[in-house]
Amino acid sequence: MYVAVKGGERAIDNAHAWLAEERRGDRAVPELTVAQIREQMSLAVNRVMAEGSLYDPDLAALAIKQARGDLIEAIFLIRAYRTTLPRFGGSAPLDTGAMACDRRVSATFKDAPGGQVLGPTFDYTHRLLDFKLAADGEVSAPAEAEARQEATPHIMSFLDREGLIQPEPEGADTPPDLTRSPLELPAERALRLQALTRGDEGFILGMAYSTQRGYARSHAFVAELRIGTVPVEMEIPELGFSVEIGEITVTECETVNQFRGSRTEPPQFTRGYGLVFGMTERKAISMALVDRALRWKELGEDDVGAPAQDEEFVLYHSDNIQATGFLEHIKLPHYVDFQSELELIRKLRREAAAASSASGEAAE
Amino acid sequence: MTGTADTVAARKAWMGLLAKAPAANLATAWGAAGLAPDHVVLRGPEIGSVMVRGRAGAVGAPFNLGEMTVTRCSVKLSCGTVGHGYVQGRDGGKARIAALVDALMQTGAAERVETAVLAPLREDAHRRKDTRAAKAAATKVEFFTMVRGED
Repeated sequence: MYVAVKGGERAIDNAHAWLAEERRGDRAVPELTVAQIREQMSLAVNRVMAEGSLYDPDLAALAIKQARGDLIEAIFLIRAYRTTLPRFGGSAPLDTGAMACDRRVSATFKDAPGGQVLGPTFDYTHRLLDFKLAADGEVSAPAEAEARQEATPHIMSFLDREGLIQPEPEGADTPPDLTRSPLELPAERALRLQALTRGDEGFILGMAYSTQRGYARSHAFVAELRIGTVPVEMEIPELGFSVEIGEITVTECETVNQFRGSRTEPPQFTRGYGLVFGMTERKAISMALVDRALRWKELGEDDVGAPAQDEEFVLYHSDNIQATGFLEHIKLPHYVDFQSELELIRKLRREAAAASSASGEAAE
Repeated sequence: MTGTADTVAARKAWMGLLAKAPAANLATAWGAAGLAPDHVVLRGPEIGSVMVRGRAGAVGAPFNLGEMTVTRCSVKLSCGTVGHGYVQGRDGGKARIAALVDALMQTGAAERVETAVLAPLREDAHRRKDTRAAKAAATKVEFFTMVRGED
């Protein structure tokens, strides 16, 4: 029997009004503006853009404000908004070699052309709380030096010249898109990279860490990590040529991985690749490690049964909006389902009690 | 033929500059230029998205990285010249000004628009890029080798 239950509208309205008040917090404290969040919580904004899969810093900042700083809730808002936009087309693939680099480091080549540029990094800070920030500390202007005018070459291109690095195969101009058709397995690398770049940072980090600890270990070195701006170019149908339609900040990580050769491939270095919207270094490095672990099949490696090698496990559990939706639905009313469960347990207990009293009588 | 190629290259350059300019800077430069051409809006301004692509390993197969917001607008001047604006973000006013500038740049007003609108935007873009590059350059590591005590 199905019994429809209505009611709760007043409770819901009042709950949402209270939510709005709690979001605002103490009215004696000035209200945050979206611009303040965009400028001063920029790494949170970057994460929301990356996992919301929509590059728009103002929208991401608004979502963070609306979500009271709950970044997964903010990502949910961005994903929902994204579905309302008509899509004008797809861009030409980004030329990250032309990036204006804020940061560019290599763990493999000390003297790479273009040098090691630290950029605005948390690295080498002492992780001590800075109480000056609690007292409205003004910042001094950072030092400047002679700006590099030429493009910074990819470090991988030097290894490539020696033939020591696995070449990257060409692919279709229009890659598969998991926002347009459901993710099906086996997934080609283009689809895996799309899932990883919008996947939950914590999940991708945990998967990457598991490969470092020995579950499908692949001896990764960061050949290059670069953060900076790249123009986005798209073919405009009514013009018949392509133009730059904007400029975005991305983080790119290329790993080189030791590879002793396999049944099908000679000994060489192999690659893992991470590319993520915004300044999102932890995520980009994690993505590169997981990308490399998922490539075992095409490189002729053994499946050692590690979680990070299992594309079904990784790709079907990396999306925090899918995961949240399914996880949190169990808190919503399940009264009727639960009534039938309750009836079942009562029936089983009656039967068990009857059976034990019957066997007790038989034993007497 | 080269004339056509040059024309396309020039148009690509100004459209790219307009797309990347901060909306407020474009509005200021346009307002200061005092241009108010008669025109009809053919389309938009319309907010949408563009799927941004990357390449596996930076040089390999394309993959979908995620979308970005883009606003487009098309206008026709009274002389019949059509202009298009495709600009980053969700600012309809920015897209409409970009379309008008694109149209005017194809007319006799090109020189005036170049001086009043595009040149200041270009200078501003260069200045912002150079400042970031100069700060980055100051964080470049200068390695030196430690001389060890033993022979």
